[in-house]
Amino acid sequence: MTEQEIIERIDASLAEEFELDPDDMVPEATLFDDLGLDSLDMVDMVIALEHAFKIKIRDEEEIRKIRTLGDIHRFVINKAKELEMM
Amino acid sequence: MERRRVVITGMGAVSPFGVGAGTLADSVVGGKSGVRRVPELELYEGLGSLVAAPVEGVDPKIIPRKHRRTMSPMSIYATLAAEEALLQARLDRGQCAGGDMGVAIGSSVGSTISTQQSYSDFFNFNSLEKMRSTGFFKIMNHSCAANVCHALGITGRVLAASSACSTSCQTIGYGAEMVAFGRQEIMVCGGAEEYHPLITATFDIMNASSRGFNRHPERTPRPFDRDRDGVVCADGCGIVILESLDSARRRGVPVLAEVAGFATVSDITNMVNPDADFMEICMRKALDDAGVMPDRIDYINAHATGTDQGDRAESEAVGRVFGPRTAVSSLKGHMGHTMAASGALEIVAVIELINRGCIPPTLNLENVAPDCAGIRHITAVEFQETTWALKNSFAFGGVNSSIVLRRMEHD
Repeated sequence: MTEQEIIERIDASLAEEFELDPDDMVPEATLFDDLGLDSLDMVDMVIALEHAFKIKIRDEEEIRKIRTLGDIHRFVINKAKELEMM
Repeated sequence: MERRRVVITGMGAVSPFGVGAGTLADSVVGGKSGVRRVPELELYEGLGSLVAAPVEGVDPKIIPRKHRRTMSPMSIYATLAAEEALLQARLDRGQCAGGDMGVAIGSSVGSTISTQQSYSDFFNFNSLEKMRSTGFFKIMNHSCAANVCHALGITGRVLAASSACSTSCQTIGYGAEMVAFGRQEIMVCGGAEEYHPLITATFDIMNASSRGFNRHPERTPRPFDRDRDGVVCADGCGIVILESLDSARRRGVPVLAEVAGFATVSDITNMVNPDADFMEICMRKALDDAGVMPDRIDYINAHATGTDQGDRAESEAVGRVFGPRTAVSSLKGHMGHTMAASGALEIVAVIELINRGCIPPTLNLENVAPDCAGIRHITAVEFQETTWALKNSFAFGGVNSSIVLRRMEHD
């Protein structure tokens, strides 16, 4: 997968899961303030990403540092590199 | 202690006929049946009843995801019905948030659909992998009450009575007492149920579900009828807005009916089989609470679900209290048994209809069963002036509830 394909899959899965407007899904968008998500949604976001990429990430410390959509992109891209999915 | 008169100023319904109290009343007057054959029921080996009256055509997405994410169908029904009722009562967001408005909405159980969806992997494979964070908020017993509060911004008391088929008679009765004694100014009361094949199966294994009309769903259930053969399960939600008569007059909103009396008793004779003595006690207590003699009651909306024993016991109890002259009918023939929603949904329909000057018949009552005779069964829409009406709800567990309603003449 290319980085762009990963980003597109992340955005598509989160848009579906949380019914987000694609126009709002810019990398600098903060998850809580800009996209209106909260701590419950973060739990389901992990499930959605695990399902979309067939990976296990719920125990990763890095997840707790995620603040923006761009943070998610970078986190999953790094994870994909680590797992040699790219 | 001063006891204020309590009135209904708003009503909402999601029924097997769709969304809206008017739709419900129109369907009842039109003699429609909400019962249909449900192909999904054929998947269950040994299940004899293949009919139900589930709600169709509700679009959950009209509720924002922020609130909808913790809602199963029953909370969606409750929210839509509560919105309709608040609108009719001319209550806005500011009044919801002032702390003077409370909610009393219950269901028989939490969401079975959500229990299955969220926890099947947990139960079957000891796995948390697919468990959603929002699952619990759909299966907790106060899911409807809490979700309605959050979705509509209601900040007062929260009560989630749960007594199966008596649930919404109880929430309305207890809510009326809260208003009567000044604990809350306004109460949003009712009950909700969501259909799952497990409900039909639960009645089926007790030999209490209708099995003989799978090819003619519209002909069942048949309350009080010679050929009645059991319950048809259904779902939906009924909501009423309660406030004091003074409050309604002060706000200048039309009064739809008065909740004049309420009683609920525990029938300890049997967990399942109803007892005429305890039904009689419940109705007499409700009449006493309203301060009205039995001969003043113009119409009785029976619980009568189409079971052998339940209909027989209720007929006997009604006969003892009211004799052969008072009009009696059950709405189960139209929309099946909406369980926790039934008391409120049927009260909504009754108030709509008595305010139109008519009373509904028992659909599918073609030949009154000998063991249900001796009371005045209504088999076609009758145009009569109704001032006093009594609503019965009798539940598994021996929870009996009766509410006395009074139509208000000039408000």
